[in-house]
Amino acid sequence: MESHLGLIDQSFDARYSSWAREALDELPDSFTVTDPCISGHPIVFASRGFLKMSGYSKDEVIGKNGRMFQGPATNRRSVMEIREAIREERTIQISLLNYRKDGTPFWMLFHMSPVFSKDDGRVVHFVAVRLPISRRPRGFGRNCNNLGEDGSRILEIVFGSCRREVCTDSVAEMGRCRTLDSFVDSDNRGLEAEELCEASDLEKRKAATAINNILSVLTHYSELTGRLVSGKRCNSSGMVPLSSSLNISLGRIKQSFVLTNPHLPDMPIVYASDAFLNLTGYARHEVLGQNCRFLSGPDTDPKTICQIKKAIQSEQACSVRILNYRKDRSSFWNLLHISPVRNATGKIAFYVGVQIEEGGKNEGGKGLSPEMRQLGAVGAVKVAVRSLWMGAGTSKT
Amino acid sequence: MMLRIKRVPTLVSNHQREEEEEKARRNGGGCGRNCLNKCCIQGARLPLYTFKSVNKNVNEKDLIGDEKKEPPVAFLDSLVLGEWEDRMQRGLFRYDVTACETKVIPGEYGFIAQLNEGRHLKKRPTEFRVDKVLQPFDANKFNFTKVGQEEVLFQFGASDDDEANFFPYAPIDVGDSPSVVAINVSPIEYGHVLLIPRILDCLPQRIDRESFLLALHMAAEAGNPYFRLGYNSLGAFATINHLHFQAYYLAVPFPIEKAPTRRITTTDEGVKISELSNYPVRGLVFEGGNTLINLSNAVSDSCICLQDNNIPYNVLISDSGKLIFLFPQCYAEKQALGEVSPELLDTQVNPAVWEISGHMVLKRKQDYEEASEENAWRLLAEVSLSEERFQEVMGLIFEAIACKIDANGNTALGMGEKAEGESGTHPMMVPGKQECLALRSALAS
Repeated sequence: MESHLGLIDQSFDARYSSWAREALDELPDSFTVTDPCISGHPIVFASRGFLKMSGYSKDEVIGKNGRMFQGPATNRRSVMEIREAIREERTIQISLLNYRKDGTPFWMLFHMSPVFSKDDGRVVHFVAVRLPISRRPRGFGRNCNNLGEDGSRILEIVFGSCRREVCTDSVAEMGRCRTLDSFVDSDNRGLEAEELCEASDLEKRKAATAINNILSVLTHYSELTGRLVSGKRCNSSGMVPLSSSLNISLGRIKQSFVLTNPHLPDMPIVYASDAFLNLTGYARHEVLGQNCRFLSGPDTDPKTICQIKKAIQSEQACSVRILNYRKDRSSFWNLLHISPVRNATGKIAFYVGVQIEEGGKNEGGKGLSPEMRQLGAVGAVKVAVRSLWMGAGTSKT
Repeated sequence: MMLRIKRVPTLVSNHQREEEEEKARRNGGGCGRNCLNKCCIQGARLPLYTFKSVNKNVNEKDLIGDEKKEPPVAFLDSLVLGEWEDRMQRGLFRYDVTACETKVIPGEYGFIAQLNEGRHLKKRPTEFRVDKVLQPFDANKFNFTKVGQEEVLFQFGASDDDEANFFPYAPIDVGDSPSVVAINVSPIEYGHVLLIPRILDCLPQRIDRESFLLALHMAAEAGNPYFRLGYNSLGAFATINHLHFQAYYLAVPFPIEKAPTRRITTTDEGVKISELSNYPVRGLVFEGGNTLINLSNAVSDSCICLQDNNIPYNVLISDSGKLIFLFPQCYAEKQALGEVSPELLDTQVNPAVWEISGHMVLKRKQDYEEASEENAWRLLAEVSLSEERFQEVMGLIFEAIACKIDANGNTALGMGEKAEGESGTHPMMVPGKQECLALRSALAS
């Protein structure tokens, strides 16, 4: 999709300028940069080193989500941990099994850090270093002879190979240990590739250094464009931005909808889906921060607007048919459904408004009525917002 | 001696009332409540979603070609959410669960607590038998054929052809034994539904291969890691003896999903089985498998083994069907024998699958305010089987699902048996490849 790729390039160039690409390409490291604000959380930049290592070309990678490098033996729990780090907008360092274009698996140390916008503290990108790590030999294979001789030795072996999985406490508590199959036959070798592979301290330091180098480049170039970034969140404005996890969840919803914040003056739009922008013809920056009234026009029935106001005042959902206007001033009948959306505190955090253009094509219908899809969007928003503000500290900086 | 506990059962349907049940019995079944029984079902129509039933590879290799982006909200997801929201707006739920305060308790695991004063009824408690995991279906008790059709969201089943289909007004084909998804009118979270396999067959609460596969398909079709399915056996806090699974959405990780695991083995069909470690409840974790059916059968065969041995258990299906947790438990038995501290009993938390996974619904404000990882841990530790008992149970399970054990495995086992200092253990028959073998051996002393 051309406009999608256009967004991708913009994501990078508008903030760091295209010169940054050259500077990043001078770094030997293997890494990617992703944008959580674009639907699908796509890769917007992939380093030369990474493309070489993975065997993919730039075009095969830009615009895609990082999960394309996962495969059947990738540890599910590690994937979950990465998902949570993204959700909580924090750094994570974890070993992960990835797959090259030719299908061969390789272990890498995945070190990801968020990049924050300096003016509103929002996460604008995630940088992920993907450092290939060498598989450590699993000492246990040669030590079967020591079985039972020296208990402490066994514990050492256990920790060496299953370090991430065995908890010291439970092993000690249970007073037994596990010894692994000492036969390194060809069948087992395949299996071993799946077991977690721990990176060495040297490799971990290498990854951390790489991240710092990349962040330096990005910070430097963001100064040139004036759209400053930082590796740390610094919330200079009072407004709490929409978390990237919310952005990502909302980005999965294909319907036209907006989120408005009733706690801010004049109840502005704080999120607008791509479909909404397509429907109305506006660009995102033109609608964020605005009250929805810009959609109304000369022939919009004031009684309908009253109806909406009353529903919001009484914290109720409502469905109306309202005449709305696009940016080009053409009008359309909007089957609008508005609903309060609560967060983890149980109190209303937003209102969601889902639009259906009357007579519009029944996109991706597959039998689900527009009204059901509309309610589905409401449900998806409610699920996403429900877990906002759940943590004792919402995001760890 | 029959073991029983007293509980006020949660209302899962607006039609779950004792007075009406009596009336229905007196009238011989006719009711006028638009339920799913023979009295009302003639001519009823419900949306029908059918999933592609071709052997689905549980890994993502197939998907990598098409779905390189974060996938959009899947069709089934939209359907569940949309229908649920619709019922919400029609006022079918007893309360708005999103208005209940919820939080993640600070700590390593992030247990989730919710303050929900409206979920539990102030009624006189009913007696439940907790010493038999398998009990025959009793048509006189509440069952899901008595729910009103408005509480049923859609039918769910395998498609005849090679793709997923949706029919907004499919008739309910009584002869075809439809499975349905219905709302739980006392939801724990947004989207709380019940999956009822072959509802008109009135199966008792017991897992079989076909039903479990259906549940796994539902998880996979929804494709949402935050949409999890759960199952409680009788004796592990199921209150309705009519086969059903539960599911709901919660967009945070469950503590159990963060717990480390220790790989035990991989079956010949590629199913990886691990043991939970450093978690208050002992349990098994299943993942992988060459196909979805392989994974499904490994779990359902394990459940059947537990059922046949009268061991109550719970199952959690997470990560869109890629990760399955199985925990045998004994809390109800302890409760019936008076072995649980009054302090824990007072919280009235019945540790079923969601609680064990780390999601606790609390009815008293004080419990909510004081909720801590320590408290949660302490409660769940009471639920777990002891280490010895768990080892025995694992032995039973592995025996039940074992296929072949190769010569190498036997040799390794032989070594294990002869370790010194053992008392009363038997080697585990572990199917498939021998990666980790449990031994009882005297550590350096």
